[in-house]
Amino acid sequence: MAGPETPELARAAEAGGADMIEIGFPFSDPLADGPVIRRAAERALAQGMRTAECLENLRAIREQVAAPLIPMTYASLLEAYGWERFATNAHEAGAASLIVADLPVDAHPELRRVQLVAPTSTDERIALAAERTDGWLYLVTVAGTTGARAELSPALAPLVERTRKLADLPLYAGFGISTPEQAAAAGELADGVVVGSAALVAAEEGAGALERFVAQLRAALA
Amino acid sequence: MTASTFGEYGGRYVPETLIPALDELERGWTDASADPAFRAELDRLGARYVGRPSPLYETERFAPARRRIVLKREDLNHTGAHKINNALGQILLAARLGKRRIVAETGAGQHGVATATVCARFGLECVVYMGAEDMRRQHPNVERMRLLGAEVRAVEFGTKTLKEATSEAIRDWIANVATTYYLIGSCVGPAPYPSIVRELQAVIGREARQQMLETYDRLPDAVVACVGGGSNAIGLFAGFLDDEDVRLVGVEAAGAASLGSGRTAVLHGARSSVLADADGQILDAHSISAGLDYPGVGPEHAALRDSGRAEYVTATDEEALAAFHRLAETEGILPALEPAHALARALDLDAELVLVGLSGRGDKDLAEVLDH
Repeated sequence: MAGPETPELARAAEAGGADMIEIGFPFSDPLADGPVIRRAAERALAQGMRTAECLENLRAIREQVAAPLIPMTYASLLEAYGWERFATNAHEAGAASLIVADLPVDAHPELRRVQLVAPTSTDERIALAAERTDGWLYLVTVAGTTGARAELSPALAPLVERTRKLADLPLYAGFGISTPEQAAAAGELADGVVVGSAALVAAEEGAGALERFVAQLRAALA
Repeated sequence: MTASTFGEYGGRYVPETLIPALDELERGWTDASADPAFRAELDRLGARYVGRPSPLYETERFAPARRRIVLKREDLNHTGAHKINNALGQILLAARLGKRRIVAETGAGQHGVATATVCARFGLECVVYMGAEDMRRQHPNVERMRLLGAEVRAVEFGTKTLKEATSEAIRDWIANVATTYYLIGSCVGPAPYPSIVRELQAVIGREARQQMLETYDRLPDAVVACVGGGSNAIGLFAGFLDDEDVRLVGVEAAGAASLGSGRTAVLHGARSSVLADADGQILDAHSISAGLDYPGVGPEHAALRDSGRAEYVTATDEEALAAFHRLAETEGILPALEPAHALARALDLDAELVLVGLSGRGDKDLAEVLDH
């Protein structure tokens, strides 16, 4: 989540071995998020992290970290800021791409972004997502919100299999991946893993804890 | 396939996970609407179970001099509000889609009660999300839902009202989409919900129009209804949209005036007029009535406002309370606090024959009224 501590946390994540870093731009009513990310968003909003501040934050992180940075947010922020203006300014501030959690693949085709596909997605929609996505496809492992789960979802393997037939792109799996073991299992199937809530939980203990956690994930994926 | 939209409003702003469920809903609704048996079943239950048609009643003492105020009495429906019209239609749809579990959100509790009611009637599992603050101020409805066999889950974060309850219901639906039907309570949410709810509530307006012609041999000068999410209003307005000489007046709570004081934003899956700040962050709404205490509004209302077909005004908590007391003491009817807002504005509307949607009865509001 964007915020005053985030540049340091981003450095720690990169030091631990992260290849890409998602930066949450908080929204008051995040439908796709479970309690951990929701609470992080509330804290960030309480700290005054509105769109302009988040873009500034992105700019600051960009100067300190080499990994691609990807803002993740909700449609209402782009609606208020201006869809094109947001995309332009985010890229100008250092964003490599964008993720908008409540924009399904057929909405706003002009906004270049990383598309998400879910176990419930039809083949038709996966193909459309593959066509429109910006660089890689985000495979949502569960029907559900973000947040740690006890085990890797059994829905991931069939989703990867279907998507491989329809897309020739890197596939990164996310939602519910919170331990090195789950990351390793997901990494067997997909080309990468996205870890959100678990990383935020580690980050609550400080940059050092986050770096160690990311290093464990890195090691599990080796 | 494109989602239905009301001009620039509406749409389906939801995570990809929900899209297949919305497509299934759309197909199911299209099939059901075209099926005479579905319509017949809905009408039959409307008559036998809900008590339709609801009476049209001209007030005797409530209206100011030289003004006539007529009430469309949805308060006399089974469960005491208009919400049952929608719950009944959607439960038939859910059953048709083979769903065994129903989730819903509720503000004042009337939609929760209506949902629990139809779930009991049809033997489906029912989970209702309600803000902890709303549970406090509408406690009788919480008890009713539980007696009807529903599980009521308190939502303890944010404003602890309808906004958060709606988000939680949607999150539950996302997590349980294979088995679960989301029975939304108003004409809000991602397409096709706003259209479905409007069609199910349109019985109010169609009946009222016919009753007005039968009773007065003319149409009203104005039709007035309260607007929270907007379902009773859109239902009442639906009967008169093509009658250009009939004014359509929606009354919002002054502290929750999504159409009066809002801006275009995205909330709960729809692009609409929302109380939001310049960054698109959703603001808190404030109303004495739980059912109007929602920062968003149905996208169709936003379109009607922009086109000028409907006008939207506000009433304060105090005006609603005053109207409550006036109706109680002049007509012997206790209105819900939500339609009391419509009554307040009906009293000073510059129109001779005014039809007001009395969307619910006020039993649930006694504690709140007595507190003030």
